[in-house]
Order: sequence, then C-alpha cells, then structure tokens
Amino acid sequence: MSITKVTSHISPNEQLIFERSQPGRAGFSLPPLDVDETPLEEMIPRELQRDDALAGMPEVTEVDVIRHFTRISTWNYSIDLGMYPLGSCTMKYNSRLNEKVARIAGFANLHPLAAEAEAQGALEVIYELQQHLAEITGLPGISLQPAAGAHGEMTGIMIIRAFIDARDGKEKSAQRRTMLIPDSAHGTNPASAHLSGFTVKTIKSTAEGLTDLDHLRELCAHGEVAGLMLTNPNTLGLFEKNIQQICDIVHDAGGLVYMDGANMNALVGVARPGDMGVDVIHLNLHKTFSTPHGGGGPGSGPCCCTKELEPFLPVPRIVQLSNGEVSTGSGSDRVFKLDFNYPQSIGRVKAFYGNYGMMLRALAYILTHGRDGLREATEAAVLNARYIAHGLVSDYEKPFDGAPMHEVVFTDKRQARKGVHTLDIAKRLIDYGFHPMTIYFPLIVSGAMLIEPTESVGHQELDQFIEAMRSIAKEALEDPELVLNAPHSTRIGRLDEAAAARKPVLRWKPAPAESHATATQS
Amino acid sequence: MRYIPNSPDERAEMLRQIGVASIENLFDSIPEELRLRGPLAVPAALSELELLKKFDAMAVHNEAARRISFLGGGAYSHYSPTIVDHLISRSEFFTAYTPYQPEISQGTLQAIFEFQTLVCQLTGMDIANASMYDGSTAMAEAVLMAERVTRRSKVIASSAIHPEYLQVAHTYVQHAGIELQHSPYSTETGATSADSLTGLDDKTAAVVVQSPNFFGCVEDLQALADKAHAVGALLIVVVTEAISFGLLKSPGACGADIVVAEGQSFGVPLSFGGPYVGLFATRDKYARQIPGRLVGEAFDAKGRRGYVLTLATREQHIRREKATSNICTNEGLIALAATIYLETMGPRGIEEVAQQCAQKAHYAARKLAEIEGFSLPFSAPFFDEFVVSGPGEAATLLAKLASERGIDGGIALSRYDPRRPNDFLVCVTETNTRKDIDALVSSLRELV
Repeated sequence: MSITKVTSHISPNEQLIFERSQPGRAGFSLPPLDVDETPLEEMIPRELQRDDALAGMPEVTEVDVIRHFTRISTWNYSIDLGMYPLGSCTMKYNSRLNEKVARIAGFANLHPLAAEAEAQGALEVIYELQQHLAEITGLPGISLQPAAGAHGEMTGIMIIRAFIDARDGKEKSAQRRTMLIPDSAHGTNPASAHLSGFTVKTIKSTAEGLTDLDHLRELCAHGEVAGLMLTNPNTLGLFEKNIQQICDIVHDAGGLVYMDGANMNALVGVARPGDMGVDVIHLNLHKTFSTPHGGGGPGSGPCCCTKELEPFLPVPRIVQLSNGEVSTGSGSDRVFKLDFNYPQSIGRVKAFYGNYGMMLRALAYILTHGRDGLREATEAAVLNARYIAHGLVSDYEKPFDGAPMHEVVFTDKRQARKGVHTLDIAKRLIDYGFHPMTIYFPLIVSGAMLIEPTESVGHQELDQFIEAMRSIAKEALEDPELVLNAPHSTRIGRLDEAAAARKPVLRWKPAPAESHATATQS
Repeated sequence: MRYIPNSPDERAEMLRQIGVASIENLFDSIPEELRLRGPLAVPAALSELELLKKFDAMAVHNEAARRISFLGGGAYSHYSPTIVDHLISRSEFFTAYTPYQPEISQGTLQAIFEFQTLVCQLTGMDIANASMYDGSTAMAEAVLMAERVTRRSKVIASSAIHPEYLQVAHTYVQHAGIELQHSPYSTETGATSADSLTGLDDKTAAVVVQSPNFFGCVEDLQALADKAHAVGALLIVVVTEAISFGLLKSPGACGADIVVAEGQSFGVPLSFGGPYVGLFATRDKYARQIPGRLVGEAFDAKGRRGYVLTLATREQHIRREKATSNICTNEGLIALAATIYLETMGPRGIEEVAQQCAQKAHYAARKLAEIEGFSLPFSAPFFDEFVVSGPGEAATLLAKLASERGIDGGIALSRYDPRRPNDFLVCVTETNTRKDIDALVSSLRELV
C-alpha cells in the first residue's frame, strides 16, 4: 500500500495564505473590553467608518500560521545554512547573543518619546556606539539616524552640500553641483547624489581597477566639483592605494570626499578613513557589524564625519552633558540628552533616532569582539578572500592583477566560449549547496562574479566552495547543458522574470488564478 | 574570537598555501603610513556573561519601559501574538539576505507578496511595495513620487501631520526643487478643512494629510480628495496609527492616490523608535513610478508559480541617478513581522483591536474631561489618540505624574509647538486596562 500523504521532499508545497483561508477561523484572542461601551456612531460618524469588513484578509488559526511560515521558511537559503558569498553585500554570522540583547524588555518596550530622564540607558547605548564608531573610522562627528546604507549616503551628501553652502554662500555654492562617482560604484551612489540635487559625472577606472587620477584631475579642473563618492576598498575588492592623493586633488579643487563604507569590514582595526583624508563616510551596521539582514532589511547606515562637518549632521544629536550641567534623575553618573540645537543641521532624515534595535546589536558585536577580535575578524575576512582568489585563478578569469582585500572579482570569459555565462554558473552553484556570489556587479566588468566569503567561513568550507567552482568550470567545458539548465535541485526552476515584468502581478486577488494554484499543488 | 571558524594553525597553513609570508602582508596594498600602529581604543572583548550584565544594567535606566504608558505620537504599544517573534526568529528568515536568487528565496519572496497584498487590502489601494524604512520616509518618498507623476512642484501639507514627518519631508525635498507649503488645521475641530487648503491651484502636485492626524482627529478624506482632484493634484494620505485601518474607511475608498503608513502597530516592538516598517500603496497606473522594491508573480518552465523581485528597471542598479529612489535595503524582516501579525489576527482580530482602542480611548477622554481644569480642545472625531488641555504647563505636570505616580501620561505638545504649553497628547490602546486609565485620571486629579 502506498502512502500518498507523505512527499519525499523536505519542503512541502504551500499555497498563499489567502488560499488557505476559511471563514470563521481565528488565530487571536483578546481580553474582553473592560470599559463602558459607547455606541460606535457616537465615536465615529458612519460615513467615516470602514464598510468593507476587511474583505479578502485571511481567516486562519494559529496552527495554520505556524505551518505556513515554517514551511515557506524551508524554501530560503540563509547564512545559518552555509556560505553566502555575496560580494559587497557582506553576509557574516548573526550572533544569537545580539538578538537576546535587542529583546531585553528595558530596550524593546521603550517608547521613543519617553522623557530623556527615563530613557538614559537607551541614550547611553547610542552614545557609546557613537564613540566606538568614531574610533574605528577616525571621524569624530556621528549620527546614527540613517536607516540604511543608501540613507546614510544621502545624509552624507546632503551634509557636504550644506557645508559648501555655508562656506561659499548660496550663490557661489550654486556653481558647485557636480558629484564625481567612479564607474565601479554601487548604483545607490548616483541615486543618492541625484536626490541631493547633484549632477553625476563618472570617473573612469584604470586597467589596474583603480580610480584614474588623470581623469579625476581633469574633472576637478572645471571648478564646479562639490565632491567625490568613493568606495574603498572599491567594489573590485582593491584598496585605492592613492587615496591620500585622491583626497588632496578633490580638496584642492574645493570639494569634499565622501567614502561609501560598505566595504569597511576590510579595514576595521587596520586603517581608518579619517586618517586618509576622507571627510564623511557611512557605515552599514548590517554588513560590518553583522546585524541580521532579514531577507531585505532592516539596515542601519550611520554617518561619521570630521569635526568641521559636525554642525551639519541630522538632529537630534545624542550628547553627554558636560561637567557642571545638572543631571536629572538617572541612576548612572553619566547623563545623556537629545540636542536639537544645531542651526546648520541638514534636518531630520527619519522620525525618532534611527533603527535603534540595530544599534544594540552592533554595540554588542563590537564589545564581544573587543579591540583584538575586531582586527582578527578583518584579517580572517581578507585571508579567506585571498585564499579563494588563489584557489580559483586556474579555472576562472581574474580581470585585475592586484591583490584583493575582502572580496575578489572573477569573470565568465573562459566559460562564455562554451556559451556558459555568469548567471548559469551562479545557478549551478546552488546545486552544490552554496548561495551564489554577487553577479554582474560591478557593472564595468563584463560577466562579473564578485565573491566575498567573510570571516565566518572555515578552511574546509572554503575548500568545498573552491572545489564546487572548479567542478562547474569543468562541467562548462564538458557538459555545458548541465550548467545551462541549472538549478536542478530546487523546488522551482528558473522563473521567467521578463514575463513577470511585462505584466506585473503584484498582489493576490481572489478567483481566476485557480489554474495556477493547482499547478503549485502538483 | 569565537565567531571565527579558523584556528591559528589553519590560518598559518592558508597563508603558506597562498604564498603570503605573514598576516600583515595581506595589507600590503595599504600604504604603510596609513596603517594603524597600535590597537583601536576599544575595550577588550567581553564574555557572554559580562556583556549581558552590561546591557541589563543599562536597560535598568530606562524607567519608561516599565511604566503604565499613554504615549503614542507615531509609536504605539499594542499586543503582539507570541508566534510573531518566534517565526521571525527562524534563522531561515532573519539570517537571509535580499532575495536576489529567487530559486532559493521563495520563503522571503512569498511572504513579501502576501505583505503587499495585505497592505492593499488595508489601504484600499491597487498595489503596494515591499516596504520602506518607516512611515516618515515613506511620506517623503510619496511627495517625491507625486512630483514625478504630475510634473508639478508645489506640495501642500497639512500642519496637523506629525511634526517629525514634516521635518523629514523638508530634508528630502530641499534639493529636489519642490516647494513644500503648510496648510493650517482648524484650531476648533483639530482637523484639516478642505476649504482652508491655502495655495491649492493647478500647479499643485499633491495635498498631503494625515488621518487620524497628529492630534488624533479623523480627517474628512473624501472632501480633501475631491478638492485636490479638482485641480489635478494627487491626495497623499499618511497614517501613523495603522490599527485605525480596522475601523476607519480606507483611504483608497475615499479617493486617495498614494497611501503611506507606519506599520509598527502590527506586532513590532517600540524599540525606542526603530526598526519600524513603512507601508506604501498606490494605484495600478503608477506602478512604474513607485519607489523601493516590488515582488511579483512569475512562473518557471514547468508552469510552477513562484515570486521574483520585479520592475527592477526603476531601481538604482539599472537606472542609477535616474532611478525612482535610492532605496536598496528596505525593512524585510519587519514587514514579515507585520505580515505574520495581520494573518494571525485576521480581519476580525484587526477590527476588534481597533474597536477596543477606540472604546478605551473614548472612555479615557470622557473621564479626563470631567476633571476640573481639564478639557478636550478639539471637536473632530478621534480614534485612539486625543489632545487634553490641562490647567498648567503640561510638561511639568507629566514629569510629576511620571516621578510620583509612575505613569507616562502622554506627550506634551510644547515639545513640538510652544504655542500649546498646556496641551498633551494621550494615546489609549487595547493594552491599557480600565485600572490604568482610572489611575491616570485619579492621579491627575490629585496632582493639580
């Protein structure tokens, strides 16, 4: 007798929750209302009341919800399952201790508009994290308000603009509206510059993969340069060894240097942007300081800057009361407050103070590592990337000779001769049990594969990854169809993204989609 | 360091294999003079035990987290079913990255597709994105989108919008060539009157209102939509207390063109202001102008249904400085929490929470207004927040209430508007018991 209930796959099929809904099911319980009831019409006039009974929202029980999300969770790859070598996205281990810290009731239940005197512990966390980030970057002015990396970029660029406006006066400053961005930069850089009212000019990279100094000088000669947005190490994984010279050229032209700190995990404990001549930088707490990315956020993108730029940071700033000021009601001997008194500030970039839960995790990360552990993490991350670079150079084209830092770029040049491209290699890697690397970025490298192992991968797993990549290179030569049709091991195959974009279906609606719903069941 | 898998011996062996003499040589591309000479001035590593003690000790100084609280104003205390935190703590969700590879990210993608659907159902709109940082940045992005859609540059925002939201909008639009004007609210009703939308003309891109507004008053969205549409402007509706969707007519049904909201009320902890989640919904015809990420349905070669990130051509990876926004990371995990909350509560749960909030708030308002010297200055209908006028400075009174009675009674409006020294904003949700409310009322009566 065959058992039909059981499938051999560990990932059961699961519909959308809306298709599971049954009228009358409920997953909640609330205490009975304990105040005298007022007739609804007396509170809210009928014409302002909802009249659709929230139709279409699912009616399910707690068990339905648990099974639904547990099942679909098994369709996800995650850092806990294995290596996640997404270059420039930086996926490292997410400590459970940090999750515990973020859930301490005294932080989790704290309202952002509580009186300062009753939220001293929360302000102390922010202040202490600021101090550490200032030390790590060598830049003393800090705001933790930006909610993500790109938000921090926008903040940093607006600070540059506000500084130049103040320095030159509005009229003269209006002549400086050019932001220089290397052609290898993240797409968010030009988008952030545009949001801040700048025109983007692109700087070429040299054959070595570094910023072209001659081109930079040429662009700076025009006088209208407000600044440069530079990622360092750049998105090819290479340290911009001419960084001091680059900063000098931009400064001499009257501009400021913004550093995209996405790759700061290659530098922590080894070198500091502030010492290189950088004026302002954003950090990604979810990258360098390993706050979990949750399938697409939350992030946190603090902005660190020189003393000179500090007056322009977003308000409120979190400061420690200086000696002599009277403290109010805290149990600690240090007193912290929200300071709104920065008339030159660019303003607020978010309600309240930023993604506070991420700040708790980042501080816990820093304190758990300590000064030696932070450096050790950097060393391990760079060593791992270098090990992969060494291990793959025999089978894949490495477009730049320079020794990479924490990430390394390869291309599909050799495999493409057999019709196998980067996307195919990435999909085949899934069959070997790894999450693919970043593909087709940076844009200036044709068929790019950007690999970043981070420090969270051990020797054996690095060897397995290298072996998998080499095996795919061999398959591309001997059996290209195998790679071209990958992945073979997942519950669904490659999805038709072009068709999805032509006629986008962005939400569930009841009824006619029945035929597709049955297809999932097969 | 216990998070780094390689042993010192393994590291030495790896160095040998790649032919690098020492760890220090890994950094040869960094000029000698730029390298740190000594260690960072960061404390030595703490053990797990020491670290927890340190954070516990700091948390003790957050007295407000332990108090009976009537604080609202953009962040709300609501009950969250136990399974919300349990499910988002599954490592398959919280340790995953942005779903760039759909074949191994269907869990996250399907959850976001459900989130987008729920946001449409709540707001009464056609489409929604995969979330924004929070309500305040969502509102700023809506203003920028209105300019893209209408090619007009003037925007009129009600001054009854949360002051911090208005500040964020000003920061965002200051270099975008958008003129953001404020329209007064009625000091009698507390609501924004369609007749007093000063400056509304055929150059206006959008009218922006919040409902319930910062003072808790429910706006007449239909009248405001009609007024905006008459000159070809869009109506942007902002909601900070998203539980109100359970009781109030949806902005979509009232004619809104863009609806943005703070989703923190849906099972997300207060956490001193973040991370929260911004909801963003609009009409079908604006699908290619919407900021942020979108998840759409797709099929594989065998006709199996799945989900992918879609309409990426709007995004900065492709369009760079011409993208609809610079948003890359959004609030995936918090959107997941909101999705689990909404699905667990279901339509009846959301409605019941909304009813309880309104009932308790109206009970509290009635009792507070009965205290001698106290009154309710605004006459418009309200949901679960309302302004109370006291007999003296509200900030002083509330500080006394907190220190002497252990109750956080509300937000003194002088924090945002010095012309309202005696007013404070009280928020009552389903988490406040009648006993809490009665304690607030009797304490205030005794303290003045």
